[in-house]
Amino acid sequence: MPLITCRDAINQALQEEMERDPNVFILGEDVALYEGSFKVTKGLLAKFGEKRVIDTPIAEAGFTGLGCGAAMVGLRPIVELMTVNFGIVALDQIMNNVAVIRYMFGGRVKVPLTIRSPGGAGNQLGAQHSHSIEAMLMHCPGLRVVVPSVPADAKGLLKSAIRSDDPVFFVEHEGLYGVKGEVPEGDYTIPLGVADVKRPGKDVTLICLSKMVYVCLEAAEKLAEEGINAEVLDLRGLNPLDLPAILDSVTKTGRAVTVEECWLTGGWGGEIAALIMEHAFAALAAPVLRVASADVPMPYNKALEDAAIPDVARVMARVREVMRY
Amino acid sequence: MKERKEASQLQSTELLAMYRDMVRIREFEEACPALYSQRKMGGFLHLYSGQEAVGVGVARAIHQEDYMIGAYREHGLILAKGTPPGPVMAELFGKATGVSRGKGGSMHMFDPEVRFMGGYGIVGGHLPLAVGMGFAIQYQEKDEVVVCLFGDGATNQGVFHEAMNMAALYRVPVVFVCENNMYGIGTAVGRASAVEQLYKKSCAYETPGVKVDGMDVLKVYEAVRQAATRARAGEGPTYIEALTYRFRGHSISDPGTYRSEQEKKLWKERDPIPNFGRWLVSEGKVKDTDLKTIDAEEKELIAEAIRFAEESPDPGPEDLWTDVYVAS
Repeated sequence: MPLITCRDAINQALQEEMERDPNVFILGEDVALYEGSFKVTKGLLAKFGEKRVIDTPIAEAGFTGLGCGAAMVGLRPIVELMTVNFGIVALDQIMNNVAVIRYMFGGRVKVPLTIRSPGGAGNQLGAQHSHSIEAMLMHCPGLRVVVPSVPADAKGLLKSAIRSDDPVFFVEHEGLYGVKGEVPEGDYTIPLGVADVKRPGKDVTLICLSKMVYVCLEAAEKLAEEGINAEVLDLRGLNPLDLPAILDSVTKTGRAVTVEECWLTGGWGGEIAALIMEHAFAALAAPVLRVASADVPMPYNKALEDAAIPDVARVMARVREVMRY
Repeated sequence: MKERKEASQLQSTELLAMYRDMVRIREFEEACPALYSQRKMGGFLHLYSGQEAVGVGVARAIHQEDYMIGAYREHGLILAKGTPPGPVMAELFGKATGVSRGKGGSMHMFDPEVRFMGGYGIVGGHLPLAVGMGFAIQYQEKDEVVVCLFGDGATNQGVFHEAMNMAALYRVPVVFVCENNMYGIGTAVGRASAVEQLYKKSCAYETPGVKVDGMDVLKVYEAVRQAATRARAGEGPTYIEALTYRFRGHSISDPGTYRSEQEKKLWKERDPIPNFGRWLVSEGKVKDTDLKTIDAEEKELIAEAIRFAEESPDPGPEDLWTDVYVAS
């Protein structure tokens, strides 16, 4: 299998789906002529033309709503929000239109819209350019939330997201675009809502997604040296949530730590912890512990920023804690 | 012939149909307050009485396959577009036979069969959707238009400007119709908008702004007809301001103390329905007895709609969980 970057894997998925279905088109800020702020849409304008790769004004609410309206009457738009931070500007459209329209209108319409957007912190971009909003999105019934980590997942999941008849918010990570991995060629899809064991283990389950998968894998390697065999479960998304996979793993290990880049308070880790407690309390040998970003607006200073984002050391510390029970 | 004929060329049957639509909406709306106080319906209730000429003028100026989309004062709009009163009333009753299966209510009526693309409760929030529908029409090279209705308050929202800009930028076949009833809840236009002549707001986007008497169904019809022609010809959006008045409060719970009795009286004299009726008779288009027959028929139709709503079943408990997602 070819070794390619997340960026190229996403690009492949976009190209293949646009070739497959003429109703698929892309719109967003700087996606066409500039080929994307992160170059994810490279080559698409040249290949598909102005009709299907469309630069928009800087008007996130406006063009997200445009995508929603187009989806309601038969197209399959892919809206690129340059980063999730700007997606917050479009949150009214996402929460009040995209996510609820089908239900609010009695199931008489569908909204096959895909919103792609990178988020995450780590580049000293400060409080307004370092958000992780997956937990907020997970809070909205009607909206699928897909969050890949490795290139193969990014490709397979994005293809499924575009084909989904439900609206999908596809959260990429700014820090993962250059990461390489093996990606199957051709028409390769992964169903939404299926978690993936990225590293099998028997002592503790690290529940994670996106960039934190890499942090957890590294932590697991180091923990192995201490004799702790951690399983790394990549959720690959939060809606649909693969609860059976979580419960299977936790039932096996008896211990779990959630690791996320969202803020601790109201993060998705708390939700997962509650679900584990409700469904697998008897299997637990210890309380579920959480690792998440510090409850502060993201600081600019590098040392402070590093202190705010979960890292290998913090994950290991939490695992040692959970192993003490 | 895709375009509707000029207002001056309309035949008696077509004029009578407009009269009938307006009477239907008025009868429907005026039946609601009593049903609301009997708790047959809940939530908000924004009535359209007084503004009928706008919705009917719009709907008659376009075709069944054209789209209409509106805000939360939309009972009159969906009726004008052609949905029978029964399912609309049933929606207000929260019944399973309602246009939105009892899950939408007064503010969220929807009927794809007549291409009424919904009522929306966030002021201005549906304008980008209309642009998207227009975009899809253009993308699929179809011959349709979208008419997007909203209130005066929406013109102060950010997305109004985003939608106007993108509609003009992409030259989508959308007609924007601002129903200026002069108040955003209790705040008069002049107290909320730096520009009181709302039709001027489209000039920043080089989109024609047209002001029209929203109490005159034929004036609205003609303005929308011309705008739809322009849209279908690929010349882009038009923005119409229809000056109108709601005879009732913002919602059922609004006593409307911010409007003077004198103002209300003056606008009542401009009631679009009896005035249009008198004009039809004086022009010899119809006989007074024709109008009386229509009035009686529409009254009965609404009574029937209420019976239908009363007798319809509620959604079942299992319906709580249906249609959040498309079943896979």
